[in-house]
Amino acid sequence: MNVIYILWLRELKRFLRSPVQVLGSLAQPAFFLLALGFGFNPVFEKAGQGSYMQFMAPGMIGMTVLISSAFSGVAVLWDRQFGSLKETLVAPVPRLYIMIGRTFGGATVGVLQGVLILLLCMVTGFRPQHFSAVVSGFGFVAMIAICFAALGMIIGSTLKDMQSFNVVANFMVMPMVFLSGAFYPLDNLPLILSVLTRINPLSYGVDGLRGTLIGHWHFNYFLDMTLLSCVGAVFLIAGAYSFSKIEI
Amino acid sequence: MIRVDNLTKTFKAFEAVKGISFHVAPGEIFAFLGPNGAGKTTTIKMLTTILRPSSGTVMLDGLDPEHHKMAARKKFGIVFQDSSLDGEQTAYENMEMHGVLYHMPKKVRAERIERMLTTFELWDRRKDYVKKFSGGMKRRLEIARGLMHSPKILFLDEPTLGLDPQSRNQLWTHVKHLNETENTTIFLTTHHLDEADRVAHRIGIMDHGLLIAQGTSAELKEQTNTSTLEDAFLALTGSSLRDEDASSTDQLRDYAQIQGSIK
Ligand SMILES: Nc1ncnc2c1ncn2[C@@H]1O[C@H](COP(=O)(O)OP(=O)(O)OP(=O)(O)O)[C@@H](O)[C@H]1O
Ligand SMILES: [Mg+2]
Repeated sequence: MNVIYILWLRELKRFLRSPVQVLGSLAQPAFFLLALGFGFNPVFEKAGQGSYMQFMAPGMIGMTVLISSAFSGVAVLWDRQFGSLKETLVAPVPRLYIMIGRTFGGATVGVLQGVLILLLCMVTGFRPQHFSAVVSGFGFVAMIAICFAALGMIIGSTLKDMQSFNVVANFMVMPMVFLSGAFYPLDNLPLILSVLTRINPLSYGVDGLRGTLIGHWHFNYFLDMTLLSCVGAVFLIAGAYSFSKIEI
Repeated sequence: MIRVDNLTKTFKAFEAVKGISFHVAPGEIFAFLGPNGAGKTTTIKMLTTILRPSSGTVMLDGLDPEHHKMAARKKFGIVFQDSSLDGEQTAYENMEMHGVLYHMPKKVRAERIERMLTTFELWDRRKDYVKKFSGGMKRRLEIARGLMHSPKILFLDEPTLGLDPQSRNQLWTHVKHLNETENTTIFLTTHHLDEADRVAHRIGIMDHGLLIAQGTSAELKEQTNTSTLEDAFLALTGSSLRDEDASSTDQLRDYAQIQGSIK
């Protein structure tokens, strides 16, 4: 238990100790919010869809949480290259504990980032339907964080070098974000997009967030939660497995 | 205490360790010598459960690490050849993490951390981030950490790499003391042959993945008809250089160090 706690704490400290990184990771969503949020607002309103800022804010929260938790999962790769992972791998501790501590640490960081970006959205004019919406939205933030921290763990334990890491970052993270309904409604999409968005777990996270925060659902609460829980469980198991296979 | 039979390791097509066998008695200090790329580190990795042997068996204090990983890991401590510190945490936090990983109770942990950091003259710097340490200080911290939980078997992979003479002396004095008072079995590698000659009870010499000689320093000298361990070593391994391709990990690490030092 202590072991899980101290590894969790390490991830958290890492985050809290680098304010530059914290602010840096908020720059991209902030930019999207301002440029796209205000930019698309008139067209969106004209189309009778209401405020684009309202619409996209939950998407930005989902995106930030995904990126932040996925990257802290992938940090395993970094720690392996620079050595500090070895120290935990020779210790008389089941690898599962190490994996859990790290993954939940990464997920916690993702949640914190989610909270920060929510505040930022509120500054730029986003308003959730009521206070309790934030509480239930939080459940989806946590689910997204766990799913993608675990996915990051799978990737980080499987990849061997940093070059392939860039490939993954570009060919996985960005498509997932753009094919999730973070930026546009999922109604009436062409078939191929509709299929792609449906197999993307982030779609359900963004939908859950948007549903709870502003009452705009594409799927429904039950479907979103069930799907994310299943995906999360599969990713955690796969993450634990690939972590247990790491050799130095 | 350590028994190795016919151990091999093959990376893709390359055989890094080619069926070596040896044993180390309880309380013995065993020096494992060999030119660059001989396969010393690879052997240590297999002994310490982070690399799976391609074939052959390992026994640590009667336990097969392949099947009793946890029990085997409790028995040893290790100082790796390359850094395994967490630069983003302070020296104290690195020690604390180690204590937790080795299930040391809180009070014992605090005492041991203070003792080890004081021994290796890092106590004053305990609150500094490890990334700000000099190479030698990192090395000392790594050693202090490896010794912290008083293991039964201690693996030291080139522990004196980059250390000044004072620290080297301190290290070997401490290691000998541990060996004498707590009967710790020690398995070490080094390229400073005089150190090996001074501290080791027995020596094994490895080259190109094979264990080509073992015995006491005197036996090795006698066998090769030489007067110093260095001459014996050269007689056994030849004097050609080993051209080693730096692996991509090494290059990356160098790159990161350059980056780090620029920052
Ligand atoms: N992960 C790996 N993949 C492929 N080859 C490897 C790997 N690790 C080590 N080797 C190769 O195995 C050989 C033995 O390496 P090892 O690190 O065990 O040498 P060493 O005896 O510790 O040398 P040194 O004195 O330089 O530390 C080298 O040729 C090395 O390139
Ligand atoms: Mg080596």
